[in-house]
Amino acid sequence: MNIHWTQKSKLLAPIAETGHCGIFLVRMLGSIRFERGLLMSTLQQTYLIGARSLVIIMICGFFVGMVLSLQSINALQQFGASDQVSLLVGKSLFRELGPVLTALLFAGRAGTSIAAEIGLMKATSQIEAMQLMAIDPVQRIALPRFLAGLISLPLLTAMFNAFAILGALIFSIGVMGLDPGIFWSKLQTSIYFSQDFMGGFWKSVVFGGLVSLIAVYFGYYAKPTGEGVGTATTRTVVMSSVLVLIFDFIMTSFLI
Amino acid sequence: MKDPIIRVRNVTFKRENKVILDDVSMDIQRGSIVAIMGPSGVGKTTILRLISGQLHPSKGSIEVNGKVVSAMSHRQLYECRRDIGVLLQNGALFTDLTVFENIATPLREHTDLSEDAITERVLAKLESVGLLGTENLMPDSLSGGMARRVALARAVILNPKIVLFDEPMTGLDPIAMSTVRRLIRLTNDELGLTSVIVTHNVDQMNKLVDYCYILAAEKLIAQGSPQELMHNEDPAVDQFMNGRVEGPISFRYKNVTSSKTASPS
Repeated sequence: MNIHWTQKSKLLAPIAETGHCGIFLVRMLGSIRFERGLLMSTLQQTYLIGARSLVIIMICGFFVGMVLSLQSINALQQFGASDQVSLLVGKSLFRELGPVLTALLFAGRAGTSIAAEIGLMKATSQIEAMQLMAIDPVQRIALPRFLAGLISLPLLTAMFNAFAILGALIFSIGVMGLDPGIFWSKLQTSIYFSQDFMGGFWKSVVFGGLVSLIAVYFGYYAKPTGEGVGTATTRTVVMSSVLVLIFDFIMTSFLI
Repeated sequence: MKDPIIRVRNVTFKRENKVILDDVSMDIQRGSIVAIMGPSGVGKTTILRLISGQLHPSKGSIEVNGKVVSAMSHRQLYECRRDIGVLLQNGALFTDLTVFENIATPLREHTDLSEDAITERVLAKLESVGLLGTENLMPDSLSGGMARRVALARAVILNPKIVLFDEPMTGLDPIAMSTVRRLIRLTNDELGLTSVIVTHNVDQMNKLVDYCYILAAEKLIAQGSPQELMHNEDPAVDQFMNGRVEGPISFRYKNVTSSKTASPS
């Protein structure tokens, strides 16, 4: 009987945690006040977690673009269609690889930093001090980081896509000797604003919200110990990565 | 001694069926400096958390300024906390803000003062704790004693009625300890505060406080002025005040579960 209940509670735990996370999201959104303080701290966090992730996003985007064009040209050459490389690269990037890879990189770079920072603030009693000063830590700490994630990820995805196309362009033209005119014209005619660009944009907005929500949630409810902060950081990366891929499938099935 | 600002009435507090405090009552008088003392782990910090509304008692009630803390709504509790300054054990300064911004945070949050007025008040508080000139430093470049003084300045910046101190002397050298002790007395008397200090440092408290409560084995075992308690003949009080190893206060952890299991009933 005991084993049965233990198993049941283990099964129910993720559902309970999802509900708890949902309540946390509602509490966070309910604390939005249109005031200068929130705007300034959101901008500051957008710089800290968004702008400071730019270099890694640009480097990864550039090499993803290069490897994508290498693989595409290699496959397309067999059918004499290597001039279609920009179509394949563009579609893959705007629809899938751009938002998904940026979100995974963002979870590793910014998500972990948010969870560790908030967890450490809890471990050093800074969150408690804030509550005792009658300041709502959800409004002052969690909300600006969540909003910054929501703003940053679409912008970072745009940068990732731009550098991936640059990488593909340099490899296709500089190394493989394709015609630049054909590369650009195929890219322009094959990428549709509503289907490809906006599809990727909405994905990046959802992934931005998802990753930053998970990061602030795990950080805020981390055990106030060194081990607790470490666990929160690890769980942020694992849960963000898994959920980004699950939500990618769900959104693709609706957007396609 | 007829004007208590904090009333603790028959408070019992349990955590996971373990009794932390059992039927504890205290009257903390307005304008006084009161110490809550006792061995480590006896529930001293729990009392501070009950007073500040972070925890709710399992039985009994706590009144601050005539209002029952556990009956307050979230909004009322935050209103009440504006009248309470708290200095936590490690200072708990915001590590991403300068000393100036740390002290200015409650002012920015709860007042509509101009930037000039905020600057004036923050610098005046820094001057009063002897740290004028440190306003642009980050908390990680302060010593333990300096951090504690900055935290004190932050705790009293809104001119609260009550200040709660959690182990304010722990980890400080003798000079820093005396400085913090002098500052607590000065701040309390000049601003007309009521100070509640949780500590186990008997020597420092004898030099500072007006009244003491001693907790041991979940209960309030004695109260009185430091002089009265030094001459108290109760074996537990005598053991604590004089730091004796032998006595009724055990230093061994009392495991409730195993003692229940061992019980024949």
